[in-house]
Amino acid sequence: MRWGVIRFPGSLDDLDAIYGLRDVMGQDVQPLWHKDESLHGAECVVLPGGFSYGDHLRCGAIARFSPIMKSVAKFAADGGLVIGICNGFQILTEAHLLPGALTRNRTLSFICERVHLRVENAKTPFTCTTRPGDILAMPIKHGEGCYVAPEKELLQMEERGQIILRYVDTNGDATDAANPNGSMRSIAGVANDSFNVFGLMPHPEHALEGELFGADGRKIFESIIAFQSVPEHRGQLRVGTK
Amino acid sequence: MSTAPVSLAGEPRVDLAQAHAHGLTNDEFHRIEKLLGRTPTFTELGVFSVMWSEHCSYKSSRRHLKTLPSGGDLVAVGEGENAGAIDVGDGWLAVFKIESHNHPSYVEPYQGAATGVGGILRDIFTMGARPIANMDSLKFGSFDHPRTRYLLGGVVGGIGGYGNCVGVPTVAGETMFDAAYNGNILVNAFSLGLARKGELQSARAKGVGNPVLYVGSATGRDGIHGASLLASAEFDATSEAKRPTVQVGDPFQEKLLIEACLEAAKTGAMVAMQDMGAAGLTSSSSEMAARGGLGIVIDLDKVPLREATLTPYEILLSESQERMLIVAERGREAELQAVFEKWDLHAVVIGTITDDARWRATWRGKVVADIPVRALADEAPMYDRPAAPPKTLPMRPAPIRTHPEPSRALRELLGNPNVGSKKWIYRQYDSLVLSNTMVGPGSDAAVLRIKGSKRGLAMKVDSNPRACALDPYLGTVGTVCEAVRNVACAGAGPAGITNCLNYGNPERPEIMWQFTRGIAALREASLAFKAPVISGNVSFYNETEGRAIPPTPTIAVVGTLDDTSKRVTQFFKTPGDYILIVRTAKPSLAASEYEAMYGSSPEGLSPIDLLRESRLVSALLGAIDQGLIRSAHDVAEGGLAVALAEACFNPDKLLGAKIDGLSTSDTAELFGEGPSTIVLSAKENDVAAVHKAFETVGIECRTIGRVTENARLSISRASIDADLNELNRIYESALPGRL
Repeated sequence: MRWGVIRFPGSLDDLDAIYGLRDVMGQDVQPLWHKDESLHGAECVVLPGGFSYGDHLRCGAIARFSPIMKSVAKFAADGGLVIGICNGFQILTEAHLLPGALTRNRTLSFICERVHLRVENAKTPFTCTTRPGDILAMPIKHGEGCYVAPEKELLQMEERGQIILRYVDTNGDATDAANPNGSMRSIAGVANDSFNVFGLMPHPEHALEGELFGADGRKIFESIIAFQSVPEHRGQLRVGTK
Repeated sequence: MSTAPVSLAGEPRVDLAQAHAHGLTNDEFHRIEKLLGRTPTFTELGVFSVMWSEHCSYKSSRRHLKTLPSGGDLVAVGEGENAGAIDVGDGWLAVFKIESHNHPSYVEPYQGAATGVGGILRDIFTMGARPIANMDSLKFGSFDHPRTRYLLGGVVGGIGGYGNCVGVPTVAGETMFDAAYNGNILVNAFSLGLARKGELQSARAKGVGNPVLYVGSATGRDGIHGASLLASAEFDATSEAKRPTVQVGDPFQEKLLIEACLEAAKTGAMVAMQDMGAAGLTSSSSEMAARGGLGIVIDLDKVPLREATLTPYEILLSESQERMLIVAERGREAELQAVFEKWDLHAVVIGTITDDARWRATWRGKVVADIPVRALADEAPMYDRPAAPPKTLPMRPAPIRTHPEPSRALRELLGNPNVGSKKWIYRQYDSLVLSNTMVGPGSDAAVLRIKGSKRGLAMKVDSNPRACALDPYLGTVGTVCEAVRNVACAGAGPAGITNCLNYGNPERPEIMWQFTRGIAALREASLAFKAPVISGNVSFYNETEGRAIPPTPTIAVVGTLDDTSKRVTQFFKTPGDYILIVRTAKPSLAASEYEAMYGSSPEGLSPIDLLRESRLVSALLGAIDQGLIRSAHDVAEGGLAVALAEACFNPDKLLGAKIDGLSTSDTAELFGEGPSTIVLSAKENDVAAVHKAFETVGIECRTIGRVTENARLSISRASIDADLNELNRIYESALPGRL
């Protein structure tokens, strides 16, 4: 399938996402330039990690105003698949395509390490090849990944199944010690209420190859590919409701 | 003929006193007057003071550095450019260098360290290479010193803040705490980039009439005299006041510069490129002209400024970060400008390459500086400073009275921040971006793959100031050997060396003696391992109130693996495997962490036989290539007992070790360091072959025990039987426990 990876000024994991999708997973990948408005026919748009626009003001705060984001918002409104990784997640919350916000880690420092994630909802385009409770190992590397949202909104998200991934220990328990950044309810990844926009702080594109970090991140991209390969899924909303 | 440049209204008078205030000596000032045939203008005085500073001119070290072996079959660039380059196979060149940013980091730790990373990155991509890995070597004072925590937090924050934000992984490093660095910390930053063969950029100006482009951030007042007054003088009580001489970094601009410069290089319209580092516009322009044997004229009115009120003096001496100078092919400057415009960066033509071999700057229609290019570069002073060994013996800890129980010493060593885990530091660094990191921080050396090739690179940075303090020659030899062993333990043969030579005030004969002994050692070790010294940096004046740091040559070694699937880490893999040690000589407690903690023993440093060291490395590489080695870990801080514990700390699963084959259990055997011991593990069926690999070249190889499922470290002769879960907790909390 055709993927679009946006390159903002200050994107850093854009090359990793392009390499991972194209060279490791054999996908058709089109880099998208932030100053353009065309998505070049992408069936899934990836907002990569990094420090877009230097993260000046606030993470993602400036990127949301870039020309390409207008097209992304329209694409998402039409049911197109969008995945934001790390800084991409931050941009999607700033653009109000995803609920909540990402604030400084409770350690007040940047953290690069292996985390374990539990799949909370496997009926989404981003997790449909996993099962609920599956544990995936991926790296995080961020300074501002502490997920916050109003309690009322969190309750609604829980009910709708919008919380897709949680930080857990190797036993699958969402303990405080396994929560690297202090995210509310150990949240690592969320979807919008239409389940076509997904944001996560961990980096699936850095977990595609056994000889590097491990390959659990493939599950995310394989899910998207599997979902998109079913013709009736295209453009269909609310597929992920529990 | 040139017209004499004008002095500007309001500029101070230029005389001997003014020259002194600029850090120039009487002789140097007179030499300037002689070279110019007149008194320099104030602007010119500023220009000379930075270009002739120790930091820029290497006036005390140049004649010694020339003796280092920098050539070889695989060397693509050994000297004369911003960094060295070696051929690492499959059409790739590895471009690397290490540089100090010690004084700025002491005065302003976050920005000092951040701009240290920024500066070394520019040295790499100015060569047309994409930076793919950073390392750093850090020395702080003791935790008893009130500034240590502040400096540690600031430096680590600055390295992470910059490196993480430019998308270059920090893959390895080393950190040490010692009271000897209380008043003068060391921050040495290494960067490595990859370039395709034939795509290296030069910093040599060519083509009279070619336009000179200024690229990147606008020029401000930051960092003026960073090179001359901050980096090239000792510290004293007034050093705090030098904070404005520290530059401020913007990694976002640097990231754009990396992408834009590499893209611009591909247009073919670029003739030469150089970053504006120390001494900014002055050094970049004069060095490019000097390399090409040409002249250059710069119109300072064209330089993008942050404030319109900057004087020519300030514009020329500013060390504002994230700026590059590019010589373009005449008529093709628009092609380059289009690339920089795409990345929203300034790209302005500010000058022209000339044939008159003069370095000229104009401002508001007047010539403000007019100096022969050679006077700034080749004709800078070069000193043969006197060198003499110190009259007093180096300080050692008080003699030891009673040795602690080995099991207690092991626990206390693991809990010492110099020995314990550095995870608190490296977890603040992105070590994964660019998807090449096969072995990241926490093993003997980092291993990176080269995409599209079976080949890979291993790298590590090391130093051993305590040994260098006892014997600056032997200590330096040992440092090179250690870095080479670390790389070899990953399965890589040493391919090249870069060094950052940190010493005190070279005007003192005993410091110059330490330096010259270090250079001699580096030369010998480089020849022994056939690993050329392709780049480096000298940092003198690491002194506070007359007290110098211990001699600290920091050595980074880059090695190559033919096949990264054969890489090895330090961790034991499988219960039942045999544990072996190989070594060239018995270790010694001299200069060890044990000695620093408990007191000194009468013994001195063990001698090092470089021939045997290189045989040990070759034998290890051969055994790894044959697939005989499951793990390899160099014995370093804390000695053999600590190395065994570290090998058990496999991040996938804690393992144990039962050691019953040691020939002795004396303290030096357990906790001694150097000259070289490596802990190996191998499958039962391979043990005989491993022995043979080493013994046929005369290297001692001894089977000392087995890897166990049960996570206990037991060393029967020393009555050590410890729970590795507990040891691991001590090891992991060594550093966080002090913060």
